[in-house]
Amino acid sequence: MATAAKNIPAVGTFKHSLFEFWSYFRENPGAVAGLYFIVLVLLFALGADIIAPHDPIEQNRDALLVPPVWQEGGSWDYILGTDAVGRDLFSRIAHGARFSLFIGLMVVTLSMSAGIMLGLLAGYFRGRVETAIMRIMDVILAFPSLLLALGLVAILGPALINAMIAIAIVLLPHFVRLTRSSVIIEKNKEYVTASRLAGAGHMRLMTNTILPNCMAPLIVQATLSFSTAILDAAALGFLGMGAQPPIPEWGAMLAEAREFILRAWWVVTFPGLAILLTVLSINLMGDGLRDALDPKMKRS
Amino acid sequence: MFKFLLTKLAMIVPTFIGVTIASFAFIRLLPGDPILLMAGERGVTPERREELEAIMGFDRLLWDQYFSFLGDLLQGDLGVSIVTKAPVLGEFLARFPATIELSVIAIIFAIAIGLPAGVIAAVRRGTIFDHTVMGCSLTGYSMPIFWWGLLLIIFFSGILEWTPVSGRISFLFYFEPVTGFMLIDSLLADQPGAFKSAVLHLILPAVVLGTIPLAVIARQTRSSMMEVLSEDYVRTARAKGLSPLRVVGVHALRNALITVVTVIGLQVGVLLAGAILTETIFAWPGIGKWMIDSIFRRDYPAVQGGLLLIASIVMIVNLIVDLTYGLINPSIRHE
Repeated sequence: MATAAKNIPAVGTFKHSLFEFWSYFRENPGAVAGLYFIVLVLLFALGADIIAPHDPIEQNRDALLVPPVWQEGGSWDYILGTDAVGRDLFSRIAHGARFSLFIGLMVVTLSMSAGIMLGLLAGYFRGRVETAIMRIMDVILAFPSLLLALGLVAILGPALINAMIAIAIVLLPHFVRLTRSSVIIEKNKEYVTASRLAGAGHMRLMTNTILPNCMAPLIVQATLSFSTAILDAAALGFLGMGAQPPIPEWGAMLAEAREFILRAWWVVTFPGLAILLTVLSINLMGDGLRDALDPKMKRS
Repeated sequence: MFKFLLTKLAMIVPTFIGVTIASFAFIRLLPGDPILLMAGERGVTPERREELEAIMGFDRLLWDQYFSFLGDLLQGDLGVSIVTKAPVLGEFLARFPATIELSVIAIIFAIAIGLPAGVIAAVRRGTIFDHTVMGCSLTGYSMPIFWWGLLLIIFFSGILEWTPVSGRISFLFYFEPVTGFMLIDSLLADQPGAFKSAVLHLILPAVVLGTIPLAVIARQTRSSMMEVLSEDYVRTARAKGLSPLRVVGVHALRNALITVVTVIGLQVGVLLAGAILTETIFAWPGIGKWMIDSIFRRDYPAVQGGLLLIASIVMIVNLIVDLTYGLINPSIRHE
């Protein structure tokens, strides 16, 4: 890594840690491929209105179950074919990218911010606060994730927003546990004691002193949760408990396509492929992030 | 060891109480009026409402309701299904063997492929085989299994016509369930072709359900094997002149298995969650499908009882895994 010596920023600066991070991340071809694909999905999500040739919920009665363009009977009007009510699959999948990325982002933001707060409280104050928080997390963990999400959606009512809240609750314990254990380790270090002696209050110690040093594992957990959120939301959509038709969410699209699986392979194949590739790319990226952020994994 | 056992048991009690509170709160947290939901669209007369409220115990104080819920629970009474009017516990137990059968075959499939694949990947680290195993396992781990099930149906049932699409056995066969496990019952029934039909019905769902555990087991086996292979005692075993097969198969694998066994135990929750999707796709009459159907039929006592039972099973299995781990790895006990 000593090849580009003259471009290396000064040690200790933010730019240097970013540079160091990127040089580790770049060495993992899978992670880089995952990153490129996610950027592509992001472009699809942002530019869905321009990229998609048709309205995602517009039904064309004279183009029902048209196969993809390369198969006999296909047409360039509908590159990936149409579904049972004549909606363009390509346009639906492009718009679906919006929902999946939005779901992932919202769930992770919700779950991570609540999880960090609870984990900080538990790890910093210990005692009863810790016992109460951790026992509640144990209860959440006792239920299989999808089952708990289903139960919560049954309470809240089937809708995309409720599915997102349910998944955020299901993922919460992972963030709480991770934050708590890092906080417990960091709290006893000398820089924290120094900061306390300098007069820092509880709030400042928790958020400004301790938290930044606990972020690396949390970022890795966030990418893992991002992919779990997309998968679980698609599963809920597939079971009819998430996004409701005609929303072009990938899981809900699969649910609508189920009855045509033996007649029209494309209505089933493409939405699922979109889910798989997106989740796979995020997981590849997560692996690369872990290797680049975890000092123990770095080759010394 | 006894102290370790007691600590673990003491830790599970508050969690279990939490689980009962969560399930108890379930019906009471439902939006709107549960009585109206139960009565359905025809509505409810004031007399009938009082009657239903008395049955559900809604006319009493909340803590009073909770304690009688706990009392009933300890006697194995989980309430009565609104739809079938049968006890929830009986409904659950009638479907449980189907899910166990599916899960056991799925985990056998996952171990049979995942374990050797992980071991070979670790031994041949950095080769094409290693990269393929890791690539496949990450793909499996990222798989939306409901889609995977549909793809397998398209290919094996639609194009090749090898396997049936749904159910546990062909309609051509009928016999009284003895054990509840179709593979055993079909053998006992002594009808030609019955066993083969049961096997063919089981293959696809088991593969689908086993996919994520397979990916997890392969990854975990590879990483623990790699750790163990770099240990001193493995080098010693090699230096003694033992055959590579013996070094890997006996000295290294036995120690690597400690973490792998734990990971396999922790797949129970994954299996039960996966069973919901797998059973829905293949119309497999187990508890996963029953839970989904109950949610859609708004059979809330069934959902409540099912949640409680499944959470209890997961907790008990995790406890057993913890205890076995303490048994095979003594250093854990003294933490």
